[in-house]
Amino acid sequence: MKIHTLVVLVQDHPGVLNRAVSMFRRRGYNIASLVVGHTETPGVSRMTIVVESENVEQVVKQLYRLVEVLKISDVTEDPVVDREMVLVKLHVTGQHRAEIVALTEVFTAKIVDVAQNTMVIEMTGGPAKVDNFIDVIRPFGIKEMMRTGRITMVRGGKGHSGAELIDQAAE
Amino acid sequence: MSEKRTGAQILCEALIMNGVDTMFGIPGGAIMPFYHAMWEYRSDLRHILCRHEQGAGHAAEGFARSTGRIGVCIGTSGPGTTNLVTPIADAWMDSTPMLAICGQVSSTVLGKDAFQETDITGITMPITKHNYLVKNINDIAYVVKEAIHIATTGRYGPVLVDITKDALQASAVPDYSKKIFLPGYRPTVTGSKKQIKAALSLMLKSKKPVLMIGNGVMMSDASAEIRVFAERYKIPVITTLHALGAFPEDHDLSLGMPGMHGWVHVNRAIQEADFLMNIGGRFDDRVTGKASTFAPIAKIVHVDIDPSEIGKNIEVEIPIVGDARIVTLSLLEEEPEEKLVAEFHKNAAEWLTYIRELQTKHQHKQQYLNRPDTSTMMPHDVYAALTKQMNTRGNYRVVTDVGQHQMWAAQLLDWYKPRTHITSGGAGTMGFAVPAALGVAVAHPEDTVWAIAGDGGFQMTNQEMIVVIQENIKNMKIAIINNGFLGMVRQWQELFEGKRYSGTPLTSPNFQMLAEAYGWTGITVESVDQIDAAIDRAYATDGPVLIDFRVEREVNVFPMVPQNKSIGEMITE
Repeated sequence: MKIHTLVVLVQDHPGVLNRAVSMFRRRGYNIASLVVGHTETPGVSRMTIVVESENVEQVVKQLYRLVEVLKISDVTEDPVVDREMVLVKLHVTGQHRAEIVALTEVFTAKIVDVAQNTMVIEMTGGPAKVDNFIDVIRPFGIKEMMRTGRITMVRGGKGHSGAELIDQAAE
Repeated sequence: MSEKRTGAQILCEALIMNGVDTMFGIPGGAIMPFYHAMWEYRSDLRHILCRHEQGAGHAAEGFARSTGRIGVCIGTSGPGTTNLVTPIADAWMDSTPMLAICGQVSSTVLGKDAFQETDITGITMPITKHNYLVKNINDIAYVVKEAIHIATTGRYGPVLVDITKDALQASAVPDYSKKIFLPGYRPTVTGSKKQIKAALSLMLKSKKPVLMIGNGVMMSDASAEIRVFAERYKIPVITTLHALGAFPEDHDLSLGMPGMHGWVHVNRAIQEADFLMNIGGRFDDRVTGKASTFAPIAKIVHVDIDPSEIGKNIEVEIPIVGDARIVTLSLLEEEPEEKLVAEFHKNAAEWLTYIRELQTKHQHKQQYLNRPDTSTMMPHDVYAALTKQMNTRGNYRVVTDVGQHQMWAAQLLDWYKPRTHITSGGAGTMGFAVPAALGVAVAHPEDTVWAIAGDGGFQMTNQEMIVVIQENIKNMKIAIINNGFLGMVRQWQELFEGKRYSGTPLTSPNFQMLAEAYGWTGITVESVDQIDAAIDRAYATDGPVLIDFRVEREVNVFPMVPQNKSIGEMITE
């Protein structure tokens, strides 16, 4: 299955996330990751959806049937900035502390909490780098972990702003 | 309009302003304020009280499908709205413009499992084009406008508006002037000029062309334009179940219905065609059979107003997104070289002659009339008599249910006019016919409206017969094709499951007596020689009539394409 990254602009209405997710579920499309949040334009939310599909065109068309979906871009082939954040709580004994501090520096991660036997590390990067970081620190003993899922923005002038779409419709 | 109104009054006024004059529903706790207000507006807003919300929903569908206008149904919170789910799903599958208005518990108790609270917007999300939960009186006027706009533009469909009781009871000065703001909803109605040119030139290069028309032609009222197009190019026309009547079946170019119970010559034409243009059909699996084997030679052009339908089931050569009528008009604007057209005419004529030979060989509409025992009443006898009488008397509309009788009606009655054949296609909802026919009868008092149902489907919604009496509706008739089985399932059991009739034999009440109990005229027909007299009597009676046709029990619908087979492989007996 091919992995696609979709940037989806939607109207910021109650239930819009439910509508989108429900469509994926009922048509049997597989969501690898979905992140939703506010944008620069009031009333517009943005989703980054990573989907596994042989027929992404159908996924896009079905999403467009939702009245509140404004714009969908498949940015899989575009030059993008991809970011994901992970928080990891490690079980840390004295003997490993220095080694972990060194690794966090290598990955430009941050130690955000230190307790007697634990440490919480915040790390941000492209999905591959996050994977790599997790692999490297796993042997030290991960107690808890949470990844945010991917957010994506296309590099350069080509963009996905909702402002224009809203203005056009208001005229 | 600067005076204060209740939310319920605003709802009534908004409906009237947006063209609604008829509604089907049932009151209850949460929706009561609407019913209280409706009384004041009754001269502009007719309410028809149904006996079950499913009936109200199908009646709204019948109203909508026969008029092209929005059908409105009403239910109260909880079971009142869950009972609407089936007709909403039906309207969704068949792209019927419908507005479902639901009462909801007050916003103060919403989310607390209050009495008769159900998350109907959550439930209907996958089967509506859009839906709303309105908790604020100030949103009512705008939401009604937007909901009706969405339901009746682009690809039509059902929209549900759920309104809390406190919003209906509150008072405010209404604002009906707010303009529709839908930045994410811009249906494409005009087809790409470039694609239209390409489609036509592809067509003119073909030697064995067919034009297939679907529900979109009916919904966009494109019958006249389709006819001009077909006649100009002399291209044979195939009509899917939902397009029956959109192209007259007695026309020289009409081939008839394709698919699972379509005619052999139609399916063969599709399988041998080198060009197929589908306008307004969605390549449903009942039309295509096994999709990978459908029209293997043809280059396919697909015209649909919904982009997601194109390439969903069948891969196409040229996609055209647009309204069936507007695209057909654009096709008619093209003026290809006369020489090309003349050559195309010549090839199409030879092709049509070939298809007609197949038709003569394989289409036996009344094959069962040649049976040895003449006293047996076959379903075919009933349809032969009905179609003869309908054609003689004119002004008829037929609403069918789901099953064998539905396919026989599609095959054996003659379809000439748009919106005269109304059925549950995509969802296949048994129980559709009686309430939907009620909706059609309300919308078309000048026509005789026949509900044709099996004994199974009839018993799912026959309670709506009393509504016909309460509303003094005179122009509705019911024909039950009564074979004592859930016939289509029985047919599959006979053909594919070794005649194990599990769960299909059906005992029924005396339908004539049932009809009489409802205040209808009831007639029982048990032999061939009684058929004509019964139909005569139905027509002569000024009021609703039910005829119970007790037909031969184990008769099959042929021809037939077995499940997941190519439409080239038909069982014919």
